[in-house]
Order: sequence, then C-alpha cells, then structure tokens
Amino acid sequence: MSDAETPSIDDAELPEESVEDVLEEELPQPELLHGVPVSESRGQVVLHPSREEYVALVASLREIGYWMCIDLCGVDYLGYGPNRNLPAGVAPERFEVVVGLISHTDRSRIRLRVQVPESAPQLATLFQIHPSVENPEREVFDMFGISFDGHPDMTRILMPDEWVGHPLRKDYELGRIPVQFKGASTAR
Amino acid sequence: MTSTDLTTLNSARDRLTSDGSVLRLSETEAEQKSGYQAPTEEGLGERMIMNMGPQHPSTHGVLRLVLEMDGETITRSKPVIGYLHTGMEKTGEELTYLQGATNVTRMDYAAPLFNELVFSLAVEELLGIEVPDRGQWIRMLMSELNRMSSHLLFMATNGMDLGAVGMMLYGWREREEVLRFFEAVTGLRMNHNYIRPGGVAADLPGGWDEELSAILDIIPDRLAEFDLLMTGQPIWRDRLQGVGVITAEEALSLGATGPLLRSTGYAWDLRRDQPYLKYDQVEFDVIAGSFGDCFDRYSIRLAEIRESMRIVRQIIEKMPEGDYRVQDKKVTPPPRARIDESMEALIHHFKIFTEGFKVPEGEVYVAVESPRGELGCYIVSDGSSKPFRMHIRGPSFVNLQTLPHLMKDSFLADTVAIISSVDPIMGEIDR
Repeated sequence: MSDAETPSIDDAELPEESVEDVLEEELPQPELLHGVPVSESRGQVVLHPSREEYVALVASLREIGYWMCIDLCGVDYLGYGPNRNLPAGVAPERFEVVVGLISHTDRSRIRLRVQVPESAPQLATLFQIHPSVENPEREVFDMFGISFDGHPDMTRILMPDEWVGHPLRKDYELGRIPVQFKGASTAR
Repeated sequence: MTSTDLTTLNSARDRLTSDGSVLRLSETEAEQKSGYQAPTEEGLGERMIMNMGPQHPSTHGVLRLVLEMDGETITRSKPVIGYLHTGMEKTGEELTYLQGATNVTRMDYAAPLFNELVFSLAVEELLGIEVPDRGQWIRMLMSELNRMSSHLLFMATNGMDLGAVGMMLYGWREREEVLRFFEAVTGLRMNHNYIRPGGVAADLPGGWDEELSAILDIIPDRLAEFDLLMTGQPIWRDRLQGVGVITAEEALSLGATGPLLRSTGYAWDLRRDQPYLKYDQVEFDVIAGSFGDCFDRYSIRLAEIRESMRIVRQIIEKMPEGDYRVQDKKVTPPPRARIDESMEALIHHFKIFTEGFKVPEGEVYVAVESPRGELGCYIVSDGSSKPFRMHIRGPSFVNLQTLPHLMKDSFLADTVAIISSVDPIMGEIDR
C-alpha cells in the first residue's frame, strides 16, 4: 500500500483498499495455525499446508507431541459440486491427500489436507518421519495414482502389479459383470 | 501410559527405517527368486526366498508372506496383500448412507458391529444429529459383546495356530453363545446391519437381560478353563514369551494400535482416552502388558474379555428407557404400524429406502476402539444421499506393517505365532 506514487488517487481509493486490508489482515490471523492456513470441520481442526510446507509441518508437529500418524488417505474431488471448505489462499486441486495425526499427551487430533494437482500427482513421502505411512501411501498410489517421492517401495499394494488404472479415481468406471439370462441370445 | 520421549521415539524410528527388516520385492521378482538361492557375494550364507500363503491355514485367510530365510531364521519379510480386495471403498460411493452400513459391516467380519458403528457415527456427525440415550447404550452393549466374540475367536485361532487344537472347539463354542444373542437381537449372526445412521435397527427383544445374564454366568468359568489349558502351561508360555517383541516406541512409529500397542505397556484406549458413546459412564480398566511379546498380546485379549463382561454387567443395570433411534423424519423411517394406516407414511418409508436421505456437505473423521485397534472412518459428503468418498482406516491394515519387524531374526516356526498374535482380519486389510 505504501508503493502508491500519487497521494491524491491513493486517498480516493483508501476506503476500498482498507476493506481489503482489513480482510487480509484479520482473516489470516485466526486462520493460521502452526504457520499454515487452518479451517474447522465439524469441530475438528484441519490444516492446509502446501506441498512444499507439508513434510516440514509434519516433522514440526511431531516435535510438539503429534507422535503418531494414524491415517493417510486420498480423495479425488473431480466433479465435486459444493464449496470444499478451503481457507482463503488455498487453491483447490483435483486430488487431496488427507493425513490424520494424533497427540496422546493432550489427547487431540489434527488433520492435514494437502492439495495435489492432476498435472503432477506427486507428493513427498512421510516415511522418514512416520514409518507407519508405508502401507497407506502405497494404497493411495495404487488407488489414486499419486506417487510419493522418496518412498522405499512405491508399488501397488491391493491391485495386481500389472493392473492398469487407479480404481478410486472418479473417472474410473465401476466394474460390471454382464448378467446372462436363460434363453437370451446376448448378455445384457 | 508409560512415559516415552521424543529422543527414544526418534531412535526407534531411525532403527525401523534403516534396519532392513522389510523385504521390498515385487511379486514378480519374488516368484522368480522363489526357492533355493546360491550364496551371495557378501558371503551372507544361503539366503532363500520362501512364499507362505496365501492359501496357508495359519495365515488367517489369504495373507501371503514372502520370507527371506537364512537357514531357519527369517532375515527379511514382506506381507503381500490384496487377495481379498473387492473395492469396498469404491462400492461405498455408490450406496446411499442407509445402505452403507451393509457394505462396511463386511470389512472386519469378526467385529462387524464396530464397522457399522464407526460409519454411523461419522454420518451422524455430518448430519449433526444425536442418538437418544437408549440407542447409545444399546450400541455400547453390542460393541462390548462383539469385542468378546472377536477375542474369543482369537482364542480359538491362536490356540489352533500353536497346536492347542482343542481351543479351536472351545473358542468357537463360547463365541457361539454371544452370536446366539446377536441373532436374537439383530436377526443375523454376522454382518448384522444393526447399527445404522440414526440409531439401531430394532429395540432389544423382551427378556434380553436374562438371556445376557445367563451368558455372563457361563463364560467366566470357561475363561478359567482357558487359563488352565493355556495361560499356565509351560509349553504355551515357551512358545509365546519373548517371541515377536516390539517396544512402545516402535509400535507408535509404525502406527500400531489396540492390543498390539497396549502389549508394550503403553495404555492407550480410545474408550477411555477419547470417549465416545457413553464410555465415560462405565467403569473398566485398560489392560496393558509389559514385554510387548506374543504372550502379552494373548493375555491382554483374555483380560479384555473379562473387562468387556464387566462393562456389559454395568450396561444391563444402567440401560435407560426411551427411543432406540433418533426421531428425525429425515433420517428415520416411520414405524411399521403407521405404514399400514397412512399413505404418506408408506411414501415416506419408500423414499428413505430408495432415494436415501441427504447429508450436508463436509468431511469428518471418526474413530472407535475396535478389538484390533483404532478403527476410523473418513467421509466426504457433497450434500447428496451417497458419500462422495468413504475411507475406512482399518487397524489390521496398519498393524500388519509391524509383522516384518516382529519376525526379524525369529524362527520360521514362530511366524505362525506372530501372525496370530497380531490378529489380522483380511477382509479389513484388503477391503
């Protein structure tokens, strides 16, 4: 705001600017937790780190007591209609990796939602921080095709090795078995 | 809860990520290398890749283990799963919230009511409804009975796996007592679809408390027989004590929950530590072991059966009167009698079961303490009558990751004891 050169125009636009200023200054303040945007979903705390912040955040949360990574799963938001409840500044992407952390000392849980774009379905692994994510990350890779950089064994876990496609993606058709009726000439 | 700190936790984690107890081989490679292997260049002796399962009776269904053996000793191993994968999470996206319970109940088939419970709790959290007291107490009663039946099944299979073949009969016999009660209440012995979003499917039948008291009179004596048959026997102890040892820090790093975590002395139980339903109104002890071995896991489950009976006795006394399901017309179908006399009630009933009810958009994660550990359900709703995404955090799926670490440097003969002590249910692992 200080880079304005002509004070007269600046004065005229001040009311509009100040509204934005207030919005920008007041919203992030309650919406930042552990340095990343935070939101609330049904009383549960949800953090929204970027892909770059993600690993460092999990590591620092571990330092303050979130010792256990309880869950890691993927979500494909393709075709999701309503508002995704993302805080300001977090751009929605097609995929999300959702991580659940738990602190036993203060008996609290925290959830991380990381946006993963369709164009580059990759994310850094948490394996070095929480070895417990080995199977869940493999499952996300298997079901959504999101690969985790640095994972020691990035292979399919539930589907056969030679399987094509990632079943839990929204554009992956639900399988159907043709039903053969007695006397019918073709399966329907 | 034993005290542990970040330093010991860090060293356990670093040990786990670098000790190489997990054999990371693809299925194809494992197949090629199966059988005798010539001595390696490092002079490590004769290493052999061996496949165990998926059709082995001691692998609890269709678990397959690829073992790297040095003589009789296991050096590295890898559980290979997926043989029972039926895409239940994908199926869950195609079923309405009311049908969803029939789907999830088939995941952990030894503890089906917990699956229904966690799914229903998640849906109710999204709906913002609260189940009436009686409904909650019934849910708690059924969960604890299910915990008993699941642990009794463990007693049977664990005994069988270790050569105490008689246990297979006794464990199933006792479990049958509980299943008979389930049948009287829900109509089915397994896969009940009894706990549904909004409450439970039906009220408890008349005389339920007497029937239950009769069961509770029988089982303690039978458990004493278990003690006689197994707990005190030197052979039993020799096969379990000091086998498959894990520390609390390792268990935490590997995400292990339930008896597996508690066997290390780390008393973490969601029923006490993050109470759901009415667990804050009953008294029970959280059983923890001290050595983290197979014997501790066995005795914890045996003791948990007794604790569950203690809870059930309190529930019988405290069971309140009232509704067993929420009286919210959006979620609850009209009572049977109304359907006979009112066209609107019939339409209402029809609509709920064909179209389902709409659940407000949002996402939620709910967890309960199943007999195997933390059973979680993550649901993303887009405001329609079907979940946009339904993810189940199966405790067996995560606990299975401890197997390579538990089995490292143990004998082949102990693998069966170790698999058994983790008590994996393949339906939940593969989903």
